[in-house]
Formats: sequence, C-alpha cells, structure tokens
Amino acid sequence: MELAARNSEHSHSAYRKILLNWRVRLKSCLIVDDSRVVRKVACRILNDLGFTCEEAENGQKAFEHCKSKMPDVILLDWNMPVMSGIEFLEKLRMMEHGEEPVVMFCTTENDMNHIKRAVDAGANEYIMKPFDSDILKSKFVQVGLM
Amino acid sequence: MRITDFDIYRDILKARSGLSITQDKAYLLDSRLTPVAKKWGYASLEGLTMALRGVPDEEVIKDIVEAMTTNETFFFRDQKPFDLFANTVLPYLAKHRKKKSTVRIWCAASSTGQEPYSLAILLKEHAALIENLNVEIIATDIADKVLNTAREGFFSQFEVQRGMPVQLLLKYFTTEGDGWRLNDDVRSMVKFEKFNLLDSMDSKGQFDVVFCRNVLIYFDEATKSDILNRISNHMAADGFLFLGGAETIIGLTDSFKALAERRGLYVLQDSAHDLDSMTA
Ligand SMILES: C[S@@+](CC[C@H](N)C(=O)[O-])C[C@H]1O[C@@H](n2cnc3c(N)ncnc32)[C@H](O)[C@@H]1O
Repeated sequence: MELAARNSEHSHSAYRKILLNWRVRLKSCLIVDDSRVVRKVACRILNDLGFTCEEAENGQKAFEHCKSKMPDVILLDWNMPVMSGIEFLEKLRMMEHGEEPVVMFCTTENDMNHIKRAVDAGANEYIMKPFDSDILKSKFVQVGLM
Repeated sequence: MRITDFDIYRDILKARSGLSITQDKAYLLDSRLTPVAKKWGYASLEGLTMALRGVPDEEVIKDIVEAMTTNETFFFRDQKPFDLFANTVLPYLAKHRKKKSTVRIWCAASSTGQEPYSLAILLKEHAALIENLNVEIIATDIADKVLNTAREGFFSQFEVQRGMPVQLLLKYFTTEGDGWRLNDDVRSMVKFEKFNLLDSMDSKGQFDVVFCRNVLIYFDEATKSDILNRISNHMAADGFLFLGGAETIIGLTDSFKALAERRGLYVLQDSAHDLDSMTA
C-alpha cells in the first residue's frame, strides 16, 4: 500500500488502482453530506486516491450504515437535517468498533469553537470548506491513510 | 519571444539567483514578467527587454528575479523530514550538545515561512526534550516579498489546511478575519533574513541543522555543487542537512553522505556522528 501510494504521483491513476487492488483491499470511505453535489465531488476525488465510497445524506443514515458496516474513513458534514454531524460523531464513538474509523469533518463551520468541539468529540481531522483535491489528499496523507 | 531576448533573461537570472531556465520555459518569462514590465511603465515585455539592453536599474532586476522565483510551500511538507527532525535529530542534539549551548537551525530557502514555522512548532511540541538547549531558527530567502509574508505569520484557510494537523492548528493559531494568525510565541522563534544562496555564507556562522529544500532543483549542476560545498563549510562536524524529495547529492558533492534508512537526511562525509545512538 505504502509503495503503491508513493509511486502514485508519477503513475497513471488507472494503473494505480490496479496496483492497489492487487496489493490490498481498497479502503472504504463513507461520505456524509446533505448536498448531493458535494458527495459526488468528494467521491470522485476519493476514488482517484484509491478509496471506495458510499454515501449518506444525514447523520441518521450514516449511523444506520455504520451499524451494518463500519467504514475505514468517514467524511462528515456538520449541518444536516434529521441528525447533525456532531451528534452522529458522538453516537458513533459510543458504538461497538465505533472508535475505529478515521473521522474527518468537512464543513463550512470554520471557527475555533466548532473545531474544538469536533476534536473533543473524537474527530481526527477537520477540513474547512471550500476544499479541493490537494487539501483532501494532504489530510489523508497526514492521518496516515495513504 | 526572440532567442536573443530570451538570452538576456536567462543570463540575468543565472547570474542573480542561480535560476537556470531553458528555452522551453520561455512562456514563463512572458506570463511572470509582463506584470513587472507594466509596473515599471513599459507597455509590454518588449519595452522592458529594450531597457535591459541599456544600463539596467537594479530595482528592476530585483523585481525580475523575484517574479521568477517559485514560492510553493506548505506546512510539514512531505512529513517524513519533519518526523526525522523530531525523532532522530532532536534526540541526537539533546544527547550530544552541552547544557545551555545554542543549537542553530537554518532554513535556507524559507519562502513564506511554512517550513521554519513547522520546525518551530515541533520544538514547542518537544520542549521537554530540549529544555536545556537554546534553539535558534534562522530562515532566509532571496525574495523580499515572501520574507515579508513570512514575518507576518498570517495564513489563509487554504494554506493552513495544506499540512497543518488540526490539533496543532488549534494549539498554535488563532482565527483572524478569513485567515489564521500564528501565535506570537511561535512566530518569535524564527528570525527571517534576506539571503541569496549564491552569496558568501561567511557571515552566517555554523549550523547544527540545515534545511535546504526544493530550491536546488531550480539550479544547474555546477551551482548545486557549489552551494552544497559551501553549506558543508558551515555545518557542525556532526550536523544534519535536509534536502527536498526530488533532490540528491549524487554526482554533485563529496562533502556529504546520505544516511541509510533516513531518506532526505544527509551528514558530512567525515562526520563525527555516533550513529549507533540514533534511532530511525
Ligand atoms: C519552492 S520554495 C521552497 C520553500 C521550502 N523550502 C519548501 O521546501 O517548501 C523555493 C524558494 O527558494 C527561493 N530562492 C530561489 N533562489 C534563491 C537563491 N538564490 N537564494 C535564496 N533563496 C532562493 C525562492 O524565493 C523560493 O521562495
């Protein structure tokens, strides 16, 4: 995985995917955001980075998803109908195996109070919107997912 | 751009900053120097080129040199060198430097400050380890523009998100307007100075650690060798040199050798390291 990821900068993304597929199980990412557009954009970037993606449009749906299948990474919006990102995170970290996924907030709530609250609730990283593929990639590298 | 015009810029850049540009990069001259031409009142780049054929104004040349620098940088760039700094270099220095002695770190092409500030933050994070040392960080660059930005210690949301872990962001920055301000206690750990790597390093003194990353890539082989050799004269006998991910010493200098298992980290060829005591 390490080797494949390191070489990836220079190699074609399709080739990279074959390499990744061949060496290890692809890591899974659950994208939780009420905007379909954001989910699609994030999903495309993550596919390119070698992750499989699944989507949930609010915290409740994400919670249901995690009960049946715990992803490796969760990209999490803050403000969503039904159940917010922070509520979901608090519930997730109480679940069995709920401490396992790397959780990255990805939100327009960009002030220190929100960030502190997220970190205290167990978020591993925090992406402030708007984001691009460089930021997403550097955060994934930073937390050791790539 | 005509070949003869290209040659004027190539020669100025080579002599003033070491930047080595080839004909296929001529388009960069157009895009980056047209604004400089406008600033100095020329209608187009041709006007500036004409002026350069006469007695060129030093201020204009300075602007040309600055405009042609590439200042891309980010916090904890490539991560691995910073892990090595924290886990190999700092413990080594803590063990081998006398109490109360001064340890000097040089960032030799510091751009807008992300690299020296990343080091300053690591010093804070490992404060207990080096509590008996007095650590200085000197950060230099050829371009005034980036030095001024660096001194401000103010970064956009985009910049802090490239490489700064959120826990460290919370600890060492405060929000201000639509960006992030590095706290004064970290900012004051780095001293920024203007310095051209082509110039004599005599006034610089001796360093325990040198970061010279992602700048040699812009120079030709002879210039790279020369700079590396001169840096070696300013290193402690058991000092450490960090180069960028795409940089090497192979074929350039015998003054340094690479450290096995520690990619990007170099020591003097005849170094006095007690290597066994170093953990990777
Ligand atoms: C790409 S940045 C590298 C920044 C940082 N070291 C890093 O690795 O992220 C290169 C910097 O080298 C500076 N530079 C170029 N020529 C130089 C010279 N002759 N002397 C000193 N600095 C120079 C540029 O101004 C620019 O800020």
